[in-house]
Amino acid sequence: MRLLHVAGLQAAYGPTQALFGVDLDVGEGEVVALLGRNGMGKTTTIRAIFNLTTPVAGVLEFGGDDIFRAPPHVIARQGLGLVPEGRRCFPNLTVAENLLAAARPGRWDKAKVEGLFPRLAERGGQFARTLSGGEQQMLAIGRALTTNPTLLVLDEATEGLAPVVRQDIWRAIQTLKANGQSILVVDKTLSELLPVADRCVILENGRSVWTGRALDVDVAVRDRYLGV
Amino acid sequence: MARETAFNIVLSVLLVAAPVATSLLGEPFYVTLATRIAILALAAVGLNMALGLGGLVSFGHAAFFGLGGYVAGILAVHAFNMEPMFAGIPGTKLMPVIWLVAIVACALLAFVIGAISLRTSGVYFIMITLAFAQMAFYFAISWPAYGGEDGLSFFVRNNFPGIDTLRPLSFLAICYGLLGLSLVFFHRLQHSRFGSALQAARQNETRLAAVGIRPFHVRLAAFVISAAVTGVAGALFADLNRFVSPSMLSWQMSGELIVLIILGGVGRLYGPVAGATLYVLLEFALGGITERWQFFLGLILLGVVLFARGGVIGVFAGRPRHG
Repeated sequence: MRLLHVAGLQAAYGPTQALFGVDLDVGEGEVVALLGRNGMGKTTTIRAIFNLTTPVAGVLEFGGDDIFRAPPHVIARQGLGLVPEGRRCFPNLTVAENLLAAARPGRWDKAKVEGLFPRLAERGGQFARTLSGGEQQMLAIGRALTTNPTLLVLDEATEGLAPVVRQDIWRAIQTLKANGQSILVVDKTLSELLPVADRCVILENGRSVWTGRALDVDVAVRDRYLGV
Repeated sequence: MARETAFNIVLSVLLVAAPVATSLLGEPFYVTLATRIAILALAAVGLNMALGLGGLVSFGHAAFFGLGGYVAGILAVHAFNMEPMFAGIPGTKLMPVIWLVAIVACALLAFVIGAISLRTSGVYFIMITLAFAQMAFYFAISWPAYGGEDGLSFFVRNNFPGIDTLRPLSFLAICYGLLGLSLVFFHRLQHSRFGSALQAARQNETRLAAVGIRPFHVRLAAFVISAAVTGVAGALFADLNRFVSPSMLSWQMSGELIVLIILGGVGRLYGPVAGATLYVLLEFALGGITERWQFFLGLILLGVVLFARGGVIGVFAGRPRHG
């Protein structure tokens, strides 16, 4: 079943248009990777889906419902869970409070999240701002999971983290996938991303220019769209 | 955290022991002083829910403090004169009923004020809450039925079942009881799911919306609860003085409540208690020396803001909980 349906999405920052037509679908239980060089509109696409950057035109549907320009909290309640770029926790809440603040009933709760990231259980009473970058990223993912999203959206989940920590995050993403979690993921580490992803959508200059199976992202595709 | 708890316990013990001791020594005036501390602290605990946890700098909480006071005054006067208010509803001299009416009245008023002013933020929120409080102030001044500018006196303190409220120590016990309840409530609120969401809304509302919670609703609920607590303090304040006047609704009163919290420690459980204690004691000690005691209060406030951002509690107990 199709969960997220994006067609012809356009978005602008004030007078500056950033997205000119993005098509993107995520099915149930599927992991879709959104790829592209820097500045091609990956984060803007995510922000436009959540109406954090106002979409200008196009179709945005989630679970069959129209979410185009719905208020962000309504979109989140529909079942979209965002892990924003830059490990955005609530810095002055404790780890435990971060995991409670937005929790909604379902499969994932604080204890389950701590099972996925044991490090968070050890740090329960600490303020989020005192965590390391990797721990904050785990917390941001955990916080999104406690809202029990149908579709988890990960924006640059491993950017700027130490290689060891990245491994932990990727392992967690693998675990989520194995549990049937639908995921839309933006990342630059192709070597880690491609084995997890079922399908890929590549953006260039604010348009989706290539869509296909992750297996088919070969050297030619990489050189054409992703090389530097 | 442990040092803060120790500080809180010491302050609680002092606040209970000092008035009891002075009362035994035949100096009941200090009991009144302690009662003033308790009531101002209660009002500030209410404001601390909005300001400390939610980051909502309400410059209009005097509206709720004053409304609570007028509820107590009006109900008491009607009961004393044995004339019904409107629609045949009688007044009452029963404190618990008065508190309940004050809570409901303040919650309703706060719902209206909050629903409008929470659409703004920052300096606009400060100004719009001030504007609402000023409206209440001028309304009270121009309403002759309940004393207008001169205020409203009632001659006997209201009753509490089983307690002689005219004994200063008994009334102090009631005030402490309510202050204690409010502190327990504040603590539970702060650590509840709602409290986490409220603090998250202060830190970043977009992030909160992105996880499915509408910041406006959380803030409105906090604003209403906060106003209700401050309203109860207003009712007690009226009972302490057996007098209500528009000055309870003035913007200076709103400012005083904010000052109490900043002095004590913003967002801290005992911040309002420490702040009210310091404020009332300074008023008493310095006020005996010079009429211009507020000049020195200003100097102290300046010192706290510049050098001790965590307030008195920050000085004793270290780093503020909220950076």
